[in-house]
Amino acid sequence: MKKDIILSGVGGQGILSIATVIGHAALAEGLQLKQAEVHGMSQRGGDVQSHLRISSREIRSDLIPRGGADLIVSLEPMEALRYLPWLAAEGWVVTGTTPVVNIPNYPDEADLKRELQALPHVILLDAEALAREAGSPRSANMALLGATAPLLGIEAGQLEAGIRAIFARKGEAVVEANLAAFRAGYQTAQKQTER
Amino acid sequence: MPKRELLLGDEALALGALHAGLSGVFAYPGTPSTEITEYIQGHPLAAERGVHRTWSTNEKTAMEEALGMSFVGKRAMVCMKHVGLNVAADAFVNSAMTGAHGGLVVVVADDPSMHSSQNEQDSRFYGQFALIPVLEPASQQEAYDMARAAFDLSERYRIPVLMRLTTRMAHSRAVVEVAAPRDPNPLSYPEQPRQWVLMPGNSRLRYKALIDDYARLENEAVRSPFNRYTEGSDRRLGIIACGIARNYLMENYPEGCPYPVLEIAQYPLPKESVRRLAAECQELLIIEEGQPLVEQAVRGVLPVPLKIRGRLTGELPRTGELTPDSVRAALGLAPHRAHAASEIVVPRPPALCQGCGHRDMYTALTEVVREFPDGKVFSDIGCYTLGWLAPFHAIDTCVDMGASITMAIGAAHAGQHPAIAVIGDSTFTHSGMTGLLDAVNEGADITVVISDNLTTGMTGGQDSAGTGRLEQICAGIGVDPAHIRVVVPLPKNREEMKQILREEIAYKGVSVIIPRRECIQTAKRHAAAKNK
Repeated sequence: MKKDIILSGVGGQGILSIATVIGHAALAEGLQLKQAEVHGMSQRGGDVQSHLRISSREIRSDLIPRGGADLIVSLEPMEALRYLPWLAAEGWVVTGTTPVVNIPNYPDEADLKRELQALPHVILLDAEALAREAGSPRSANMALLGATAPLLGIEAGQLEAGIRAIFARKGEAVVEANLAAFRAGYQTAQKQTER
Repeated sequence: MPKRELLLGDEALALGALHAGLSGVFAYPGTPSTEITEYIQGHPLAAERGVHRTWSTNEKTAMEEALGMSFVGKRAMVCMKHVGLNVAADAFVNSAMTGAHGGLVVVVADDPSMHSSQNEQDSRFYGQFALIPVLEPASQQEAYDMARAAFDLSERYRIPVLMRLTTRMAHSRAVVEVAAPRDPNPLSYPEQPRQWVLMPGNSRLRYKALIDDYARLENEAVRSPFNRYTEGSDRRLGIIACGIARNYLMENYPEGCPYPVLEIAQYPLPKESVRRLAAECQELLIIEEGQPLVEQAVRGVLPVPLKIRGRLTGELPRTGELTPDSVRAALGLAPHRAHAASEIVVPRPPALCQGCGHRDMYTALTEVVREFPDGKVFSDIGCYTLGWLAPFHAIDTCVDMGASITMAIGAAHAGQHPAIAVIGDSTFTHSGMTGLLDAVNEGADITVVISDNLTTGMTGGQDSAGTGRLEQICAGIGVDPAHIRVVVPLPKNREEMKQILREEIAYKGVSVIIPRRECIQTAKRHAAAKNK
């Protein structure tokens, strides 16, 4: 088993929580993992990414080679496209569709959507809306994780255990809200992948 | 079953040091080294053992404090980013001359590709220059293990040991198996007290001993388990892979590398191992993260009997961090099939947070500077360096910690007016205070803005050394209290701020303006903690 995942977004969106949950679940499954993060200057509203590698074998490089990512998981549509050179030919892109427009020359949204839909394997979801409907507007990242779950090769139950573990100290209500967002994302992805 | 923990490279090193019997960590925050000290600050064992773990004012004070702890026999660690070693260089280079007594490990995190830095200097050169051994881990486990090995080497040779990390190693997470913690050292004093007094007569003797020790340390490096020599069946090529480059090499040969490989993770350069590889192979490829230190040494200046490839010959890029892909190309392997880059994606540079006090300061400052035909703003290292970007375009220089005030002084002496310095509170206490003393003594006509957010913001909100005392410090240095002006940087106070700036620019002499409002990131955290 081997999954190389690029997580991307804009500084402050919470991609590292997604990585933490996947990491928790991967360790529980006895897998190895390496996760390269971006700290420092870029976290101030710039583009951020994390290379997350999980495998049943030893992992050497902290960075995923170009053309090597099984998945790009992004909280922001332009940020999903930024890492296309890392995506494997048959890799999947799972991305939130709500743009973060904090630069003056942000591309046309319709162009972004067109380019994303032209990819061979893509799941688009309005992660913010799903999280809101699940009663947890701040859990868009967990809705996105839910949408990624069917592609990870890790049991959804194991990921839910990861969510419980990392949010436990914030109380049961926060755990449940994040689980609800996760499940909403999961169902959306299942519908899209069945088509 | 051994205990396993998921740790950043920085954290693995920190835990390794704690378990090696650390008595104190001394550091000034700097990406990508900050998390080492933060991890120790948060660790229960450090609290239980009373390990010293508060931030120092700058890297030089940190280095000297650690040297003092080593002098009395306890294990000390200093952590900094690569450019921090420039600040600590006087103490660092001379610590090789005094030697260490209790284990002394200097951790320096380099930043190739300059993710959060102004250059990509390679700290291994400092080790070579000072005659200090260097260890460089390539995995989180190695970072943990090497911390103890570094303390042991330091105590065996009575010499400080430099541990070099790079950004990827520092900020990447993996599972680490941890060992049982060892007790800290008791207090004791050096057996060779004379070399701790670096008067010329003592230094001349010590320098010869240090050079002899360095030769013995080279033999250590040849025998080191961290410098592995792996035979290969195909001897047309031999590979020297240093530090994290070892990972990128093996990433491209998941079933094993066909060529002989010398991995280097401990310096001085194990020359005997290099000669062995060169004798076995027809060509050499040297892969190292950072500047071509090994490549230059192996290549030399005289003709060599075999072809050497690396960063200096263009097979690998001359600048920037290595990647699995750049190493793949140097190995002559075909690139992986990949998607084309999107043509509509645009850069998304970082920016000052919405609601940040630096924003209000820059809005007022840029409006006032525009009232002059040639106003120049000398700035410094911190979040406020982002004031160079749109929409502010507020600053003209950013060089090194503290250079805002001193460059403004030099420019003012040349006739520049207004000469304005913009510096953060933490950078001011790090390296700005001495410059301000120059300004006072020289009667320089400068206006200093200390943009005070009550924290070390860019690195994530660590304590700032002068919090609550900036006015006293400036007055103590000799700035006329009438020209130390404090203002709250909020949109509603913009006109007040502009008026103060105009008045102090008009004043012929040193003035200090302190716009003070808490960093909104730390303010959010404080509010959340309060609501709990």
